[in-house]
Amino acid sequence: MLRYVLRRVLWAIPTLLLITFLVYVALRAGTDPLKSYLRINPRATKAKIEQYIEVNGLDPNYVRGYWTWLRNFVSGNWPRSIKGSREVWPQLKDALANSLRLGAAATVVGIFVGIFVGVYAALKPGGRRDVAVNMSAFIGISIPPYVSAIILQLLFAVYWSRWFGSTLFPTSGVYPPGQSGFDLGLMLRHMVLPTLVVAIQIIAVYARYMRSSLLDVLNSDYMRTARSKGISERRVLVRHGMRNALIPVVTIAALDVGAIVGGLIITENVFSYPGMGVYFLSAFGQGDFPLLMPWMVIIVASVLLFNLVADIAYAWLDPRIRLA
Amino acid sequence: MPDVAPDTPDRVASGSGAAGELLLPTVSPRQMAYRRFVTHRAAVGSVFILALLVLFVVLSPLTARYGVNEAVKEPPNYFIPPGGIAWFGTDDIGRDLYSRLIYGVRVSLVIGFFSAIISVTLGCLIGALAGFRGGRFDDVVMRVTDLFLAFPFLVTLLVLRNFLGAVEWLRPVVGDLSSIRFIIVLFSIFGWMSVARIVRGQVLALKEREFIEAARAAGADRWWVVRRHLLPNSVGPIMVALSFAVVSAIIGESTLSFFGYGPQPGAGATSLGLLVAGAKGAVNTGNWWLALFPCGVLALIALCVNFVGDALRDATDPRLDRGEA
Repeated sequence: MLRYVLRRVLWAIPTLLLITFLVYVALRAGTDPLKSYLRINPRATKAKIEQYIEVNGLDPNYVRGYWTWLRNFVSGNWPRSIKGSREVWPQLKDALANSLRLGAAATVVGIFVGIFVGVYAALKPGGRRDVAVNMSAFIGISIPPYVSAIILQLLFAVYWSRWFGSTLFPTSGVYPPGQSGFDLGLMLRHMVLPTLVVAIQIIAVYARYMRSSLLDVLNSDYMRTARSKGISERRVLVRHGMRNALIPVVTIAALDVGAIVGGLIITENVFSYPGMGVYFLSAFGQGDFPLLMPWMVIIVASVLLFNLVADIAYAWLDPRIRLA
Repeated sequence: MPDVAPDTPDRVASGSGAAGELLLPTVSPRQMAYRRFVTHRAAVGSVFILALLVLFVVLSPLTARYGVNEAVKEPPNYFIPPGGIAWFGTDDIGRDLYSRLIYGVRVSLVIGFFSAIISVTLGCLIGALAGFRGGRFDDVVMRVTDLFLAFPFLVTLLVLRNFLGAVEWLRPVVGDLSSIRFIIVLFSIFGWMSVARIVRGQVLALKEREFIEAARAAGADRWWVVRRHLLPNSVGPIMVALSFAVVSAIIGESTLSFFGYGPQPGAGATSLGLLVAGAKGAVNTGNWWLALFPCGVLALIALCVNFVGDALRDATDPRLDRGEA
C-alpha cells in the first residue's frame, strides 16, 4: 500500500510539470503577455520593453522561458501583474479564500443532500418518489448554472422585493458595498444563492450516482446473506448496504473537482462573487499572463491532488482492488 | 426457436410483461430497441418537442413574425412585455424576442449538429484505434483524454480558443475567432475525447467476445470484423454519444457567449447563447421575459436531448432492465 501511494505521488510531479509547461505554451501563444503589456502601456520605450522581457523571462524560446518562469515561481519571485503592476499573491490569496469557502459549502451541502436523496430514491426503485427524484435530477443536470443563477437572481433580487418590500438574499459580492470588517451573518446571507446554484448541480449528480450504486449493492448476494442472518433491516442497510455503496461515490467525488471548479467559475461571475472565477475571467479578458499562470498552477495541482486522493481512497476503501 | 438459448434472457428482461412475444421468431434487435425506446415516455415526448423545434427553425420564413433586426413598430418599442404584438416581448431596441429566438436556435442547432458529427467521427476513429491496437497508443490517448476531461470545461475551452486563434497557419482552416466555423472547430477538437473513451470501452468489451473470435477463425479480415461486427454492435453507444455531443455543443456555445467569447454571427444575427447572455441585463431592470424565454428554450433543448440520449442508451443495451436501472 505504501509503495503504491509513493509511486503515485512520484508520478504526479512530472505530470504537474508537463501540464504547466503545456499551459505555459498555450497561454503565451494565445494571450501574448508582451502584446498585453504594450496594450496597457502603449507609450513604453524600447528600453522599457526590453527590461520587461528581461524581468519576466519572456524568452522567445518557450522551453527556456518556461524554465525561467518555473525558477521564479518556485523561489517566490513572481512577476507583477501587467495591469496596475501589482503583486499577484495578495489578490490570488483573497480569491482563493473566497472560493474555498463557497466551494466547500456547496460541496458539503451538495454531497450530503445528494446522497440522502439518492438513498431515498433507491429504497423503492420504480416507485413514485424514485421517478420524481430521477426527473428532478435530470432537470438539475440539464440546466446550466448560469441559467439557474439568473432565474434565482430575478426571483430574489427583483421580484421578491417587489412583492414583499425587501430583498431576502443579496445577489452580488461578499458584503454590501461600503461594508468593512468581518460580519458572519452578512457573509452567509451573501453566500446562500451562489451556494445553492453550485449545490443544485452537485445534488443532481450525486443523487444519481448514489441511487445506482446502492441499487447495485442491494441486489448483491451478500445483502441476502446479511438478511438471512437475521440482522435488522436498518442495520443491513447501513452496515452492508450504505458502506459498500459509498465506495464508488467517494471516488467520483474526488474526481469531480474539475467539474465543481467549473461550476464555481460560472456562478461566481454571475453573482460577482470575488473568487477564483472572477479572478480568472478578468485576468483572461485582459490577457494578464502573470496573473493567469499561478492561478493555473493552483487549479492543475488541485485536480491532480484530488485524482491522487481518489485513487488512494479507492484502493484503501475497497480491498478487492488489486494494486497493479 | 426455444432452443436458441442466448437470446432468451434479454427478451425476458426487456419485455414489459408480454410473454407471447418471447416466442415470436421475427423480432429483430432493431425492433426490440424501438419497443424499449417507446416505453420511455419522457423520451418520446422529448423527440416530439425537438421535432417541433426543428420544424419551427427550418420553416423560419413562415414561423418567424419579424426579421432578425426588424423592430415590431415605431418607437417607443423597447421592452414591451409579452402580448399580441410580440408574443415573447421585445428587447432594448424593439426587436421581437420570439422571432429572434427562432433565428438564434437556428445558429445553435447548426453549431450543435456540425460539431457533434465531426467530434463523433473523430472520436469513433480514435477510440476504435485505441481499443483495437492497445499498447502505447492506447495509453497516451487515454491519459490525454482523462486529463482534458478532468479540468474545468470553461477554462480548457478558453485557453484552447486563444491558442487556436493565435496560430497563424491555422487561420485558413479555423477561420476568424468569432466566426461560427471557429466555434465548430473548437468544439470538435474538444468533443471527440468523451466519444473516444466510450467507443474504446465498447471495442475492448467486444474484442474478446466469442462471435468475433468465430469470425476471425472463419477467416474474416480486420475490416470485415469492424464493418460487420464491431460497428453494428456499437451503434447504440455511438448514437448516445452523438446526442450528448449535440447538447454539449449547444450549451458550450451558450456558455462562451454568456461570457462574451462566443460567435458573432454578424449583422445583428443572433444565437441562443447571445440571447441568454442578454438575460444578464434583464435581471436588474426586471424585464423577466428577456431572461425566462431564452433560458427556458436552452434548458428545454438540453433536457429533451438528455432524455432522448438516456432512452437510447437503455433501448440499445439489451442487458439493461428498465425497471431496475
